[in-house]
Amino acid sequence: MSAAYPTNWRKPPQMIQSRGWRIALAIGAVVYLVLAIGTVEVNWARVIAGMERGQRFIAGFVQPDFTTRWRDISNGLMESLTMTFTSTVIGVLISVPIGVGAARNVAPAWIYYICRSIIAASRALQEIIVAIFFVALFGFGAFAGFLTLTFATIGFIGKLLAEDIEDIDEAQAEAIRATGASWLQLINYAIQPQVMPRLIGLSLYRLDINFRESAVIGIVGAGGIGAALNTSLSRYEYSSAGAILLIIIAIVMMAEYSSGFLRKWVK
Amino acid sequence: MSVATSETPVWAHRTTLGRLLLWAGWLACVALFVWCWERMTQRTIWAFVWDAPNAAADIGNRAFPPRWSYMERLWAPLWDTINIATLGTLLGIAMAVPLAFLAASNTTPSRLILRPFALFIIVASRSINSLIWALLLVSILGPGILAGILAIALRSIGFIGKLLYEAIEETDINQVEAITATGASQGQILTYGIVPQVLPAFYGISVFRWDINIRESAILGLVGAGGIGAQLNSSLNMLAWPQVSLIILVILGTVIVSEWVSARVRHAII
Repeated sequence: MSAAYPTNWRKPPQMIQSRGWRIALAIGAVVYLVLAIGTVEVNWARVIAGMERGQRFIAGFVQPDFTTRWRDISNGLMESLTMTFTSTVIGVLISVPIGVGAARNVAPAWIYYICRSIIAASRALQEIIVAIFFVALFGFGAFAGFLTLTFATIGFIGKLLAEDIEDIDEAQAEAIRATGASWLQLINYAIQPQVMPRLIGLSLYRLDINFRESAVIGIVGAGGIGAALNTSLSRYEYSSAGAILLIIIAIVMMAEYSSGFLRKWVK
Repeated sequence: MSVATSETPVWAHRTTLGRLLLWAGWLACVALFVWCWERMTQRTIWAFVWDAPNAAADIGNRAFPPRWSYMERLWAPLWDTINIATLGTLLGIAMAVPLAFLAASNTTPSRLILRPFALFIIVASRSINSLIWALLLVSILGPGILAGILAIALRSIGFIGKLLYEAIEETDINQVEAITATGASQGQILTYGIVPQVLPAFYGISVFRWDINIRESAILGLVGAGGIGAQLNSSLNMLAWPQVSLIILVILGTVIVSEWVSARVRHAII
């Protein structure tokens, strides 16, 4: 109290209060950066040689060539779109029982653990790795891609649906239970109306993600537009690659806007 | 039950027209599904599909004891993978933060020109997966870590940019007004009014993206962009399944650790 009233003010630290920790973290970050940047080997001759290709790629992006490879592009696009839709439908159909099973408030413990481990397995493996295996098992083509996307959808929808069911308003479930409803009736009249709008929203969102992923898994041979993109890049046909990328961006943007609109409408 | 006759209509959730429309909608969905399925499986060779359980058993048998001794050759690629993810995230943040301020409707300097431009960059970056970015960059820059870092950075721009500009738009206007009322300049309004409000969200988003980037950088090597994916690719090409299974275990372990770290950090921040 005896100290003079301070005349200047310093902004207090927002995240880490202790000064020692701040200094230690800063030193650690600098050491890490030095070590990490040291591992980056840049072959400047190769980069400079590549600049010309980069320019051609940008030129190809500005002047895309839709016509020369249109057959490949349209086939790939068709495969991607059909794969996206079928895998989302099947994935959602499978993930609904799994999601219900993975909700602690409606499923018995042993079912809960089985369903949770299915979800964990599906979420931990990236699409690409799963696609590599499915291509090895089922041969090249859209079917392997379809299975990959279905598998990934199960983990995504299953987890979010289970969390949603766990978050429902218990009062409604209790009211239905008080009428003497069976377990199926409980699901149908207490749970389903509460989670349905969100399930539809999630499915639309997943449709959007599946399309994006379908563009990628083609690189490892699982069909779709990714295969066409990979071919055109390995042939250095940047104008075709630019056209494919522009198509992907356009479809993703469209899907995003329409799914946002649909989700608002469902709510 | 026979009481409910013509004068007291039975309660129904929807009108007749509503029910008809709903059924028509479902029918259209089913028809679309069947058509898509036919289209998709046109070129499927079913012999392979029916043989898949045998093939799976075969691969499983060959892959089962992972070749643990191969681990000593995986430490360096693993370190590369972590570096690709971390440096890529940092580079992505450096580019995403200015874009987010340009894209947020309350901080953008020009609504007509810069905002749509920033939004387009964000959407374009988000719609192209990092593996495709890597494919492009490898063909331009040549194989190596650099292509991987840039691919991760380009993909992160969209993610961080989008979440951050939404966070900026949700800031409390009262605090900004209070700072403005003290006669603060534009820069001071940003640093004292807006930045403190979005800082926790910013750290959360960055750590979350870093976690995703660890997953993605593990597979970038498949197209030649460095990291542990390169080992995966060469083992797959040699059909060395015991090595493949070990690499996948290592990737899984890394992903689980990074997810744990990111969950801890986000929990501490929020």
